[in-house]
Amino acid sequence: MKKLLLVKYAEVHLKGQNRPFFLRLLTKNIKEAARPFGAGVRLHDSRILVSGYDDEEACVDAIRRVFGVHAVSPAVELDKADFDGLCVQAQAMMAHLEGSFKVIARRSDKLYPMDSPQIAAEVGGYVSSHTPKLTVDVHSPQHVLQVEIRDQALLYVENFPGNGGLPTGSSGKAMLLLSGGIDSPVAGYRIARRGVTLSAAYFHSFPYTGEPVKDKVLTLARLLSRYCGSLRVYVVPFTEIQQSIHQQCPDDYTTLIMRRNMMRIAEKLAQKEKALALITGESIGQVASQTLEALSCTDAVVSMPVFRPLIGTDKLEIIQEAVRIGTYETSVLPYEDCCTVFTPRHPVTHPKLKQAEYAERPLLEENLLEQMIQRAVDGVEIIDVRP
Amino acid sequence: MRKLIYLDNAATTAPAQEVITAMTSSLRESYFNPSSLYASGFAVRKQIEASRLMIRQMLRAEDLVFTSGGTEASNLAILGSLQNVRKFGRVLYSAVEHSAVAKTCESLSGQHEVLKVPVTEEGLIDLEALRPLLTPETLMICVMQVNNEVGAIQPLQEVISLRNSLCPDALLHVDGVQGFLHLPLAMTDGVDSYALSGHKIHGPKGIGALALGKRMRVKPMIFGGSQENSLRSGTENTPGIIGLTAAIEAYPKENTIRERKLAFYHLVKELIPDAMVNGPQPESPSACEHIINLSFPPVRAQTLMHALEGEGVMVSQGSACSSKKKTPSATLSAMNIAKARIESALRFSFSRYTSFEDVQFAAHALVKAYQTLRPYTHR
Repeated sequence: MKKLLLVKYAEVHLKGQNRPFFLRLLTKNIKEAARPFGAGVRLHDSRILVSGYDDEEACVDAIRRVFGVHAVSPAVELDKADFDGLCVQAQAMMAHLEGSFKVIARRSDKLYPMDSPQIAAEVGGYVSSHTPKLTVDVHSPQHVLQVEIRDQALLYVENFPGNGGLPTGSSGKAMLLLSGGIDSPVAGYRIARRGVTLSAAYFHSFPYTGEPVKDKVLTLARLLSRYCGSLRVYVVPFTEIQQSIHQQCPDDYTTLIMRRNMMRIAEKLAQKEKALALITGESIGQVASQTLEALSCTDAVVSMPVFRPLIGTDKLEIIQEAVRIGTYETSVLPYEDCCTVFTPRHPVTHPKLKQAEYAERPLLEENLLEQMIQRAVDGVEIIDVRP
Repeated sequence: MRKLIYLDNAATTAPAQEVITAMTSSLRESYFNPSSLYASGFAVRKQIEASRLMIRQMLRAEDLVFTSGGTEASNLAILGSLQNVRKFGRVLYSAVEHSAVAKTCESLSGQHEVLKVPVTEEGLIDLEALRPLLTPETLMICVMQVNNEVGAIQPLQEVISLRNSLCPDALLHVDGVQGFLHLPLAMTDGVDSYALSGHKIHGPKGIGALALGKRMRVKPMIFGGSQENSLRSGTENTPGIIGLTAAIEAYPKENTIRERKLAFYHLVKELIPDAMVNGPQPESPSACEHIINLSFPPVRAQTLMHALEGEGVMVSQGSACSSKKKTPSATLSAMNIAKARIESALRFSFSRYTSFEDVQFAAHALVKAYQTLRPYTHR
């Protein structure tokens, strides 16, 4: 008898000829997640099995977070030839439960002397006669005991749902504009869930923002990396550009122009990283720079697709998701962001692209902006963040 | 590696070499429990008692309880003495007290009338406002020796004479965390309890003491093995006590802290004429030797602080505004200072290890940062 975890995968099922590619990637990512627990992972008979872990609960949690996992079930593997032993084990696994149950049996070994309904009936009968607190209900049971007959017999009751999605690394790379706020980590999570590998750009305006803010952003990146694997964070020195905008551009346009330049820099970094898209945490109308007009003004400076997975969500929904993925508490840490110096009192809410471009003109003289952007790109600090 | 210049000595200080040596030896060789009855334990007990006696004599105190620091000492003084008072009375504390005192006093507001005594624009307790509050119902007055944010030396003698003539039974608790060793103090002059801390005088963190005057009676707040004459149970922090003692013994009688502070101030004031002093003027006798608080409007203190950090100079915000709540510093607000000035206030605090070169470097770094940041301010 051996304890192991049975990992069920989500959408990968639907893949046709590509399925082996997705499965290999998923197995690799699960291996990565289970490594701290000393566990071995094998892909066998279209099942991913994890064994040899030291801390089951923590290992289950880590694997549930891996994108592409539909559910994780702690299971017991035993010799299928010993049917009596199998019944005893099944009863032992159900002994602490109360209420109704049923047994679902499946056999891929068609030479097994009993067929699936027979197995289910036998095991169910044994369990119900030895566990007085459990009654059989085949229509809406509270507990389901699954029996699988393959090379060995597998028994499992519990089922911990995973995050779904596609295995990280299966859908290319994108650059997340990561701030210390609530939204951007959630946006990154949503895109990463579709198998996209993330990199992140954080705009650091020292001395207006200090080390604690940078540390907070890196913590957020680390929290994200629990789902999407290690990611590279580019810390962009942004002070010079912010100061120039503040000095040379009209007040009401400064935030918009700042966003445009963040996008320009992010795109350059993305190209370096061979990333194919940018990700932001914007949601329509949340703030002045997130109105439709403002978004189209920021989009105008980049040619890459910009993904905004939160575009149609309410703040409350975003907060709920941030709480669920565990980034909320870090996002709301109260480090004063001295960028307030650069926040205009009355930012323009319905900007016109022509006017934004006009407002930005003083920066364009003598290639000033281009040079500043290049300096920012050259001056990035690269930090690799691991779970 | 770039040199770091530490001008945040009011937050904490670097442990003196003498302290590190004494504590290392205590940890290595004198780890015995002072309550143990064999000779090695008893030797530790004797060390602790010798330390107690030394500090007691220095402060002319009747008794001394070692605590985990200044906060616990003030808590013990205020709660420990007032929790036995059944009758309703009045508790006073100055509006610039450290939160270790202010919040402890406020916690008594259900049992007693707790009042905050206003301060002057210099951060000194307003004696005229204090006078009418000193009635026979007054149980306790809490006035710090030196304010931690602006360095104002409180007029303790005047407070004592007012107390003696108007409400002689009221107890006077003095938070001496920023004043200990910087200023002389004799408990026999009329101070009933005095809190001090090790890490502000180049000693270790985690050790402090409450000195008690003749008429002060406190009840314990921590119960257990009856250490510290039952006033503070828990195995004595021997290395801490040894470190505190070493810090006191190593503290020079003569030092150049005031000179350094004034040199810094003059350099800064010359190059940034707009700089404003919060608290007493640096030369005045009410200004302590090691703390100066300056505002540089319209540049925000936090930005300036980070810019100085970038140059290797560590200072602290005068305001405790560390959160998005933006609650301005209670001390500076109590001094009736405008919000914009509070938001640009930085505290510079010096120690005996601060050299003239440090001061020069820091002043120039400050001027440079100020001039760089001056043009970028909120319109």
